[in-house]
Amino acid sequence: MRKKGHNTQKRKDMAWGYGMILPLFLGLAVFYFYPVVKVIYDSFFNVGAFDKRTFAGLENYKNMIADAAMWKSLGNTFLYVALIVPFTVILALILAELLNQKMKGRDVFRVIYFIPTVTMTVAIAMMWRWIFNGDFGILNHIVGWFGGSSHYWLSEKPIALICVGVVSVWMGVGLNMIILLAGIQGISASYYEAAKIDGASPVRRFFSITVPLITPSLFFVLTTTLISTLQIFDVIYMMIAPKSTALVDTQSVVMYFFRNAFEYSKKGYASAIAVLLFVIIMAITALQMKLQRKWVNYD
Amino acid sequence: MSHTMIQNRKKKIGVWKIVVYTILIAGGILTLAPFLWMLLTSFKTQVDAVAIPPTILPKRWVVDTYTTLKDKIPFAKMYWNTVLTSFITVAGQLLLCSLAGYAFGRIKFPGRNFLFVLCLSVLMVPTSFYILPQYIIIKNLNLLNTIHAIYLPCLFSAFGTFLMRQFFMSLPKELEEAARIDGCGHGGIFLRIMLPLVKPGLVSLGILTLRFSWNNLMWPLIVNTSTTKMTLTAGLSYLQGQYLADYPSIMAGAVLSIIPLIVLFAVFQKQFIEGIALTGIK
Repeated sequence: MRKKGHNTQKRKDMAWGYGMILPLFLGLAVFYFYPVVKVIYDSFFNVGAFDKRTFAGLENYKNMIADAAMWKSLGNTFLYVALIVPFTVILALILAELLNQKMKGRDVFRVIYFIPTVTMTVAIAMMWRWIFNGDFGILNHIVGWFGGSSHYWLSEKPIALICVGVVSVWMGVGLNMIILLAGIQGISASYYEAAKIDGASPVRRFFSITVPLITPSLFFVLTTTLISTLQIFDVIYMMIAPKSTALVDTQSVVMYFFRNAFEYSKKGYASAIAVLLFVIIMAITALQMKLQRKWVNYD
Repeated sequence: MSHTMIQNRKKKIGVWKIVVYTILIAGGILTLAPFLWMLLTSFKTQVDAVAIPPTILPKRWVVDTYTTLKDKIPFAKMYWNTVLTSFITVAGQLLLCSLAGYAFGRIKFPGRNFLFVLCLSVLMVPTSFYILPQYIIIKNLNLLNTIHAIYLPCLFSAFGTFLMRQFFMSLPKELEEAARIDGCGHGGIFLRIMLPLVKPGLVSLGILTLRFSWNNLMWPLIVNTSTTKMTLTAGLSYLQGQYLADYPSIMAGAVLSIIPLIVLFAVFQKQFIEGIALTGIK
């Protein structure tokens, strides 16, 4: 009798379990699982306009290896990573630490820093494009006050990439600050009190208590910023004009993929680029997971 | 502690406070000033906006930039498209992710772990990886240049499922047992008991999804090329491309596009900040 009841429960569990994940999995199958297979498949074809396809073997991959613009875009992407990830995370960490202290106006600052997170990337990129404008932009004017020289910020070679990086950092700090602040607030106050009694300076407390105790949040922030920066697109697309002389020097892999897929209609080649980006992200994630054991403490 | 030591320490704390406030205020200005500049530009005439040297305040405050926006692009339509698709995406994700999250977190069924890992594997893959086949699927469904194209692939979220599963898992087992004794099945436990308890998770996911949907650029850009079917992101990109030098209008469009989320944030500040913070902890 009990056995029978047990079995009915098991069958009910199965029915509910599969039933509840079914809608999600139908969608995932159509829009995610199938596309993964499809992209890999397509990367071995030449897919032209009107989806006319011919088998190409490894041609797309061979072309990719010989394509200087592709390598350039990959190099740019790594430059973005080198620029954006450390600055975003370090600034967010410093601000989080400063905002963790008891002080007047703390909530006001918290809200202000969070504002870029709740706006719209596209609008923000347009706003900065206007500020950076070489002819009428306010930045040249401000730089002028300090005796600096004017620039066409978004069309000169190394500066344009840095400008995109600066805007991305400006936009990403607030979000990461909030996540890190939550991590810091999870640290027991007794550590800080003990350190204060011992006369540890704020800087010392930061390095000896905060940093080692929030490594899980830090890891989370680092990983998400890294992965999103590897896929940087919106800011570049909105800030750098299609005919800009700095286009080649600012476009990321995703941007180059986008242009091949939807502007040059080279879908097979674009698929090969997508596969490459996927491999790179997987490799970096795996590396991070491995390194994580060395510096992240979960307890 | 001697008297001078205490004084020294007080002095040190004073200096430290000044340093902290200086950093925070400088950061605050750097964050707000660009918005202010955008706002001021949007009230200027074209001539005023490109004056050299630039004037900080508009010489003459004009609102034509705002009122004429609709003649340049179907702005109201784009706005509506964005609101509608964001709403559908949020509602859809909340429904599908909490259903699947409950199943993965609270029900034992064969193949559960495998299916969950399969679901998570989606997170490993960059967005641009899917986008070409997704585009072709939408095209084959004859949905290009429709509202459905914008939200359809966004309804199914592996991340949301993961997040909701974490919330469901954190609830105590006793809840379920008590409900069982009262004769509740999974439907009742899910709807009446657990769902109300994972409200913070729903809020968190809702905010993240809203932010994602409001910001999404690449996908709307490729599926909908007719301006009346565009979302604000694609619309602003179009505006910038067509009216390259009409800076006040471009800024007006940008200002109007960021208002809804800013207002929502102003009202639900606590939920926004906690919702985002939760994602890092779970």
